[in-house]
Amino acid sequence: MNLFASAIDWILDPANYVGLNAIPLRIGQHLVFSLVTVLIASAIAIPLGYLIGHTGRGRGLAVTTSGGLRAIPTLGLLTLVALWVGIGVVAPYVALTVLAIPPILAGAYTGFEAIDRRTVDAARAVGMSELQIVRKVEVPLGLPLLIGGLRSATLQVIATATLAAYVADLGLGRYLFSGLKTRDYAEMLGGSILVILLALALEGIFALIQRFVVPRGVSGRLDTAPTLRTGSPTAAR
Amino acid sequence: MTWVLANLGLIWARTLDHVVLSLPPIVLCFVVAVPLGWLARRYRLSRGIILTGAGLLYAVPSLPLIFVLPAVIGTSLLSPVNVIIALTLYGIALMVRVVSDGLDSVDADVRQSASAMGYSTWSRFWQVELPLAGPVLLAGMRVVAVSTVSLVTVGAVIGVQSLGSLFTDGFQRGIQAEIIAGLVATVGLALLFDGALVLAGRVLMPWTRRITAAKPSAPVEVSAA
Amino acid sequence: MIEFRSVSKRFPDGTLAVEDFSLVLPSHKTTVLVGSSGSGKTTLLRMINRMVDPTSGSVEIDGEDIATLPPVKLRRGIGYVMQNSGLLPHRTVVDNVATVPLLRGTPKRQARADALAMLDTVGLDRSLADRYPSQLSGGQQQRVGVARGLAVDPNILLMDEPFGAVDPIVRAELQQELVRLQKELDKTVVFVTHDIEEAFLLGDQIVILSEGGRIAQVGSPAELLANPADDFVASFVGADRGRRALHVERHGNEDVVVDSDGRLAGVLRSEGVR
Repeated sequence: MNLFASAIDWILDPANYVGLNAIPLRIGQHLVFSLVTVLIASAIAIPLGYLIGHTGRGRGLAVTTSGGLRAIPTLGLLTLVALWVGIGVVAPYVALTVLAIPPILAGAYTGFEAIDRRTVDAARAVGMSELQIVRKVEVPLGLPLLIGGLRSATLQVIATATLAAYVADLGLGRYLFSGLKTRDYAEMLGGSILVILLALALEGIFALIQRFVVPRGVSGRLDTAPTLRTGSPTAAR
Repeated sequence: MTWVLANLGLIWARTLDHVVLSLPPIVLCFVVAVPLGWLARRYRLSRGIILTGAGLLYAVPSLPLIFVLPAVIGTSLLSPVNVIIALTLYGIALMVRVVSDGLDSVDADVRQSASAMGYSTWSRFWQVELPLAGPVLLAGMRVVAVSTVSLVTVGAVIGVQSLGSLFTDGFQRGIQAEIIAGLVATVGLALLFDGALVLAGRVLMPWTRRITAAKPSAPVEVSAA
Repeated sequence: MIEFRSVSKRFPDGTLAVEDFSLVLPSHKTTVLVGSSGSGKTTLLRMINRMVDPTSGSVEIDGEDIATLPPVKLRRGIGYVMQNSGLLPHRTVVDNVATVPLLRGTPKRQARADALAMLDTVGLDRSLADRYPSQLSGGQQQRVGVARGLAVDPNILLMDEPFGAVDPIVRAELQQELVRLQKELDKTVVFVTHDIEEAFLLGDQIVILSEGGRIAQVGSPAELLANPADDFVASFVGADRGRRALHVERHGNEDVVVDSDGRLAGVLRSEGVR
């Protein structure tokens, strides 16, 4: 018996395309959950990162805090929050937002820091207000690194969202855990393959996005690091 | 706190399990990534293949990979070997890029003067390029160490014992102190590994001390995206 | 007219960059601040557009204390050209030149038309208008920098070692271009450099600074060469040596001019003397 063949059979089985456990539904849940998590984390991390990057203050604190957050295993945080708030989607949202914040924060402030100081100085000298410097100079020039941070965060959330199924009826992780319970290796393997394909597809999409958001005129300057996303590698994935 | 005091033996046993699961990937990924990183830098063709492969491998989530591995290598689902291999692959994916970048960061003048003095390609790599790439490699290994320690906990959901078992057990039995103990122990172990690497860096690379003191984790942060 | 009145600047880290500095910079003239690094010349320049605020003392433009003016508005009225041009890398040449007019609310179409005209003024081909700064040579980037500085037709143009990073041949070209532009535009130019040759070439008034923004001597190039105030100035302008210390030797019927190393510099002719 070929294990992969049975997993493919499971993926293609029409029975898995109906009802509350349908594959498209699970993929949709997985994506929506990940998207919302990244949005929440962005709403917190981007303004904060821009503030740090523009003023140059609080960088040390941000580095230390992010470093600390990264060392926290997501499974631990997830189960702890789930004990407090109960089974459901709240715990995964909290735990994965914590996971997504460090890479986005780092992307935001390193994006600003990577800009030649003389460019910012010149913008100020010709009479741009601080807000104009942020809007017209720092945000566009910092975009490639911010997108890099978002890419890193999204991939980690997509990967780790699998764990969310441990405490909530959510996403593709359900197949892994229900298969584990019923000793149905085809289901576990099929579910795992789906998560991996989803992650690779998003990786590809982000690689494309990143290629297109580099402001024209600065191409080639910042694209040395996109595949080394050490942003937040400690995700429990 | 009472739970912790009553279960020190259990915590210690799980900590040892955790070390056994996390040390091999950290060491193995370095051993494999150095030659791969060198190969990635050496030829244009191998560079594209190896770095793209590493990038894709890095995108593969660990937990599903742990489920897939038995089908590929024939281990049993509950075998700790799956966790070790999955995390080794993850570490390789990250370190190949770091090694390649680190070797790139070696000053071309230094490389040329080393050749001019009569180093062979082989001896130049070991005695000049690799040591000079050291600070970048160290930064990468610190990331690998901390993330590996954290990722090992995931194995607990399929029953591979580690400090992560304190999370699953504490969750199922509703013991908050157990989960917190697991969190503290995991973070503590990560910091211990990290500290050991920093110390090793100081001893092995005395010429970097001043710079290291000035900008501790800068290389890792810079590469954050 | 720009006037410094007993200006001092102490930076937060404790360095005293400028101490009790007073100077009048006449309108429609080029004043060159020259000194080595640490002489506070750039700090002084940046006080004129409030990029740096003095710790004590005041800077006045046409009798008005600029500390009372909002910095952003002040800067939009003063041209500024820096080393490495400081252009925005994500904007084309024409958009870079139009930056300040757009900030001041000039309609986009008008600003772009003016910017194109300004490229002509600084001797740049209009075909470069849609290039990005990274696609230009260093000399071309500096010309764009000058064009941007002149875009709002400011009375005052501040130039902070604008030609410091280009190679000597291009530098000489840009210097000549600036001399030509200044004849045409008649701005009040404040120019910072560490190159005394450049100062002599461009300056109507030259200010030689020693450490901490102390004025060693102020004067025209001729005054500095003829009457250096002290040994520091003499050695700085090179009046005591090399090809600035010339003397006449008689050779047959001709007077030849020889420098201090004994190298021939030229022939002295009575009709050649103006």
